[in-house]
Amino acid sequence: MTPVDAGGPALREFVENLKAVPRRLKETAFRTGPPVTDRTRSTFVFGNVFLHLHSVRTHRWSLRWTTTMGLGIMTFAAFLIALVTGVMLMFYYKPFPDVAYQSMKDIHFVVPTGRLIRNIHRWSANVMVIGVILHMARAFYTAAYRRPREYNWLIGIGLLVTTLGLSFTGYLLPWDQLAYWAITIGANIAQSPREVTDALNITDYFDPGGFQKLLLLGSDQVGAEALIRFYMLHVMILPLVLAALMAVHFWRIRKDGGLVRPPDADERLTKKRAEETYPVFTEAPAKTYHLAAIVRGRTPNVGRGPENTVPSMPHLFYAELGVLMFTLLICVALSLVSDAPLKELANPNVPENPAKAPWYFLGLQEMVSFSAFMGGIAIPAIVLLGLALIPYLDRETKGTGEWFGGPGGWPLVRLSLLFGLAVPVLLEAFAIRFGWLREWFPDIPQLIVTFINPATVLTAIYALYSIWCIRRYESARAGALGLFTCFLCGFLVLTIIGTYFRGPNWEFFWSPADWPQH
Amino acid sequence: MTTSSKPPRSRLDPDPVPRRDWLGLSALWTAGGALLFGMIGMLKLPKAAVLSSPSKKFRVPLPETLAAGEAYVPPGRSVALFKDAEGVYAVSTICTHLGCVVKANPEGFECPCHGSRFLADGTVTKGPAPRALPWLKVSLGGGMATIDEDTVVPPGTKVS
Repeated sequence: MTPVDAGGPALREFVENLKAVPRRLKETAFRTGPPVTDRTRSTFVFGNVFLHLHSVRTHRWSLRWTTTMGLGIMTFAAFLIALVTGVMLMFYYKPFPDVAYQSMKDIHFVVPTGRLIRNIHRWSANVMVIGVILHMARAFYTAAYRRPREYNWLIGIGLLVTTLGLSFTGYLLPWDQLAYWAITIGANIAQSPREVTDALNITDYFDPGGFQKLLLLGSDQVGAEALIRFYMLHVMILPLVLAALMAVHFWRIRKDGGLVRPPDADERLTKKRAEETYPVFTEAPAKTYHLAAIVRGRTPNVGRGPENTVPSMPHLFYAELGVLMFTLLICVALSLVSDAPLKELANPNVPENPAKAPWYFLGLQEMVSFSAFMGGIAIPAIVLLGLALIPYLDRETKGTGEWFGGPGGWPLVRLSLLFGLAVPVLLEAFAIRFGWLREWFPDIPQLIVTFINPATVLTAIYALYSIWCIRRYESARAGALGLFTCFLCGFLVLTIIGTYFRGPNWEFFWSPADWPQH
Repeated sequence: MTTSSKPPRSRLDPDPVPRRDWLGLSALWTAGGALLFGMIGMLKLPKAAVLSSPSKKFRVPLPETLAAGEAYVPPGRSVALFKDAEGVYAVSTICTHLGCVVKANPEGFECPCHGSRFLADGTVTKGPAPRALPWLKVSLGGGMATIDEDTVVPPGTKVS
């Protein structure tokens, strides 16, 4: 008689259950078994709260490398990396002036792997900014903003602004010279509507600029209040906003019928690989319409196989995982070779010279060096408004889902690239060589300098060029192609000039080696 | 007897019930109004009644020897003091463009951030600065100068 038998049937069952715990744990966690058949692959997707944002099957067109180049997933992956490393940094970071700087020094020199984590955080933020811009360019050039995806394009613009806001608020936290003066400049850009209200002599009654600066800094200069506000925005408010917008963005992709594809995508895919058509069902389904749900239309697709779609597990998920790993590789590799900068402790009496914002704001900084209000507020607002209006002004259908699709096509984009690069280069060369209105007419009223400067002239030329494109090709899409390409070129040229060719006192230098010693 | 041209509504898509609608809508508007009212109160939170910035009024000893046109910047302050035959005056050294601290040079001031240039009396000569550097209120007493950064005086106001 063994001791177990002595315990009676209840105890015996208890021991049996105990022995079965590992197996049952696995069964209950992975309820549908390994995803090896199409049916278990389907239940794998819609039985999982994190995966069911994807549809069970994915169109083969969506999985082509050239459809998205993985840019949206790359941006999301960079956000996840920044989120994880950011939470790690929060354990050591203390948001109070001077103490903040000391805690950054601790993270950099004392905390084990602190420097690497900070570097990854900084590089993933950069990857996220690049990713969001390239992803927007992809969506634009494949005309993915068209019906029914107009609303998702607007959400995307919200994500662009929130991403830039996250970068900007993160910039103050190290509390070094770079941070202090970049945020001083940023806060005064928020105050720059005063440039207009002062010229009109109405600042005493109507002062939106002063209110914006006060709201941002909680004081009239960058101090403890400003630091805690930027910290709260950076670690709490903006990430929540971003997460909410991302949830809507991803959800809309699915509700709008997956990724954009040309109307004849099915024929093209079948023509190209007629002999190797992917088998839709690897086993005869017990009920054909088991998973069918009518979202739009009148009848379920009984008897017509969903051609050219493949199970999301594994095809889509492995692709996404690949992009995630690639993004992680980029961030870690860059972090190993390049350290995030940390200058001297912030000094409110001596500005950094030159005081430069993060690279993606240097195009803006180049424009505010002509006029704070136009360059820092009015032109960015016009650009964002223009981007938001694109899907409502281009109601055409030709070229949807094609790279550079629509009237004009690639030749128009090529021409716009040349035009968009040449105009800002020539304008900047002229302004650097000959000066601008104030140098020619010292007593000129400020309002004229505000409204007529290289940045506004550039914006006007781009707008006129876009109108020319609309007339030349008789198409709003052609105008959008021209304008968007010009916008990317202008951003690139101004950012490069601001990054590499501006030195102390924001003067032009061919190379940092020519900067005067001070 | 006339027949309605409208198709009959189904059980799933009934006619609106005005009374219920009215109750529901008024409940929604009440909830929305209450939330909005609370939000207006919360909007005051970010704007403190007293700003935490250091005092804008300070006293500095006036240097004995200060050549006309030569700027004296008290340590830790963003004000330039001048003294000539007509008296003493103070010019703010915070750039009117984007708030950087301008540096005194023999001609006047230059801004390190975006290259604005000013004459010694604050007038803009070059760059994006929209306004002249303001003159600040100075009062003298016992070899000391009291400067009030909050009070702007018309250019040319010199005290002796």
